[in-house]
Amino acid sequence: MPDIRIGPARGRRAVSRPGAVWALPAVAFFAFFALLPLAVAVGLSFTKYNGIRLTTPQFVGLDNWTRMLDDAPLHRAVGVTVVLIVLAVATQVPVSLLIGVWAAGPQRMRAAVTALYFIPLLMSTAAVAVLWASLVDPNFGLPAALAPLIGPDTFFSDLLGEPAAALGLVAFIYLWGASPLHTLLYQGGARAIPETLYQAAELDGAGRVSQFFHITLPLLKHTMVTSTILMVVGTFTTFDLILILTHGGPSGATSNLPYFMYDRGIAALDFGYGSAIAVVLVVIAGLVSWAMVRASGYDKMEGTQEGI
Amino acid sequence: MRTRPNWPAGVLAGAWLLIILIPVYVMLRAAFESRETYADKGPLGLPTEFTLDNFAYAFEQGFGRFMANSVIVAALTVAIVLVLVPPLAFAIVRSDSRTVRQVFKVMLFGLAIPAQVVVIPVMYLIQYIGLYDTLIGIALPTAAFAIPMSTLILTGAMREIRGELYEAMAMDGSGPVRTFFRLVLPLSRGGMATVVVFTALNAWNNYLLPLVLTRSEDVRVATLGLGVFQQQYSLNVPGLMSAILLTILPMLLIYLFARRALIRGLMGVGGK
Repeated sequence: MPDIRIGPARGRRAVSRPGAVWALPAVAFFAFFALLPLAVAVGLSFTKYNGIRLTTPQFVGLDNWTRMLDDAPLHRAVGVTVVLIVLAVATQVPVSLLIGVWAAGPQRMRAAVTALYFIPLLMSTAAVAVLWASLVDPNFGLPAALAPLIGPDTFFSDLLGEPAAALGLVAFIYLWGASPLHTLLYQGGARAIPETLYQAAELDGAGRVSQFFHITLPLLKHTMVTSTILMVVGTFTTFDLILILTHGGPSGATSNLPYFMYDRGIAALDFGYGSAIAVVLVVIAGLVSWAMVRASGYDKMEGTQEGI
Repeated sequence: MRTRPNWPAGVLAGAWLLIILIPVYVMLRAAFESRETYADKGPLGLPTEFTLDNFAYAFEQGFGRFMANSVIVAALTVAIVLVLVPPLAFAIVRSDSRTVRQVFKVMLFGLAIPAQVVVIPVMYLIQYIGLYDTLIGIALPTAAFAIPMSTLILTGAMREIRGELYEAMAMDGSGPVRTFFRLVLPLSRGGMATVVVFTALNAWNNYLLPLVLTRSEDVRVATLGLGVFQQQYSLNVPGLMSAILLTILPMLLIYLFARRALIRGLMGVGGK
C-alpha cells in the first residue's frame, strides 16, 4: 500500500477508513446474480429440465454427467474449442505484436493509419459476423465477385461448406475483429519502452532485428501475458460469431463448447445437460482466470501498470 | 529518434490495413447504394450513387426500436455498475478489513467467467424473479458479470491517489463518506470513464443473454436484430449493411469522446 504512515497508531487514527459495509452492496449483488447462478447450474446438472417455467426440474442423479463421457459430438466440440484457441493465439499474437510495435513508432503518419486499424473495434461481434457472412456468400459475396479473376470453382467459392475451411474462416474472422484490441495493447506496451534503451543498443551497433529480439520482445512480456490471456478467454467463449456464421456446421466442424451448450442445452430444451456443460465451462474459465491472476499479479494489490 | 524507414514492417502493416479496410469499404459502399445497383455490380464495385433508402428500410424493420432497447440495456447496466463498484473499490483500496481483500481475490476469479457461460441458470433465475422478457432482466446479470473487471479498473485508478491527500482530508475532519465524495470520486474520474465505456460496450455487444432472456420483438436488442435481419433478408445486402452501420454509430460516438479513457484503461494507467 502506498500509504505514508508516521506511526502505526497515529496513521490509523488520523485517516478514517471505510469499513467493510462499503463493499456490501456490490458483493451482495454479485453473489445473487453471478454466484447464485453458478450454484443453480450445479444443481440443475443433476436434473432433467426442459426450461419451461411451470414444470419442475426432475432429479436424475449423475445421468447428465455420465452422458458427457460418451457423447462424441461433445468431445468433438472440446476439440473444436481447443483448435480455435490455438489458431487464435498463433495468428493474433504475431499480427498484433508486429503491427502494434510498428504503430508505436514516432512517425506522425502512423498515428493516422493506426486509427483505421481500430475500425473493427467499433463493431459488435454480431455485426462482424453478419458482415462476413455476407462477404463469404458463394453467390453474392466476394467469391462471386472475384470469380472472373480467380476462376469460378476454387477453394474460396464455398468456404463454409468444407469443415477445415469453415474452422479456418471462423479463426480468420475472429482475428479480423479482435486483433485491433491487442494491437492497441502492444502499441501501448511498446510506447512505454524508454527510447534510451534503443539509443544505447544503436551505439553498440545492434541492428533493428537484434533490437526487436533483445529489447522490444523481452520488455513486452507482461503485455504478451495479458493479451494472450484475454485472447484465450475471448476465443473460449466465442458464441455469436459461430451462431450467425455457421450454426456450428458443416456437420459440427465449428461447434465449440459455448455453441454446443446452446444448441444441445437451450435450443433442444435439455437444460439439465446444458447445465452440466456449463459447469465444465465455468471450471475451465475459473482455471484460466486463476492463471491470469497469478501471471499478472492482480492479486498482489499493486498498481496494474506492471500487468499491462 | 529512430526514423530510418522500416520497409518490411511497412509492407506488412499496409497488407493488414487492406485486409481490415476491404470489408469496411464493401459495407460503406453497399449501405448507400440501391439494391438494383448493388446486384448489378457486386460487392467490390465503385460507388456510383447515394441513397438513404436502405436506412429507411432498416428503420421499417424496427431497427430504431432495437437500437433504443440496446441503449436502455447499456444505460441500466452502466448505472448499476456505477452505483455499486466505486464504494467497493474504495473499500478494497482503503479499508483495513482483511475480509474485503479476501472478497476481492474471490471476485477476481470471476474475471474470465462471462455471463454467457452460465446463461441457463441465469435464465432460470430471471424467470424465477419474474423478469423474463424485460430489458432490466438483461441488464442485471450483465452488470453482475461486469463487476470484477470494473472493480479491477477502478481500484487501479484509486491506488494512484496519494496518501497525503487522504491525510489532508482527515485533518479537515472528514469521515469516509465525505472523503469518498470529495476526494476519491473526483480523482478517479478517468477510471470511471473507462468503466463506463467497458460496461456499455459489454452490454451493447451481448448476444446470447438477450437471445435467451427475451422473446418479444418489443424488447429485441440491436445485436439480435442484426441476427434476425440476416436470417430473414440475407439477399438484401445493402439493407443489411445499413443496419450494421446503424449499430456502429453509438460505438463511434463513445470511441470519439472517450478514446482516451478507453486506451488509458487498456494500458492499466487507470486515468487521472
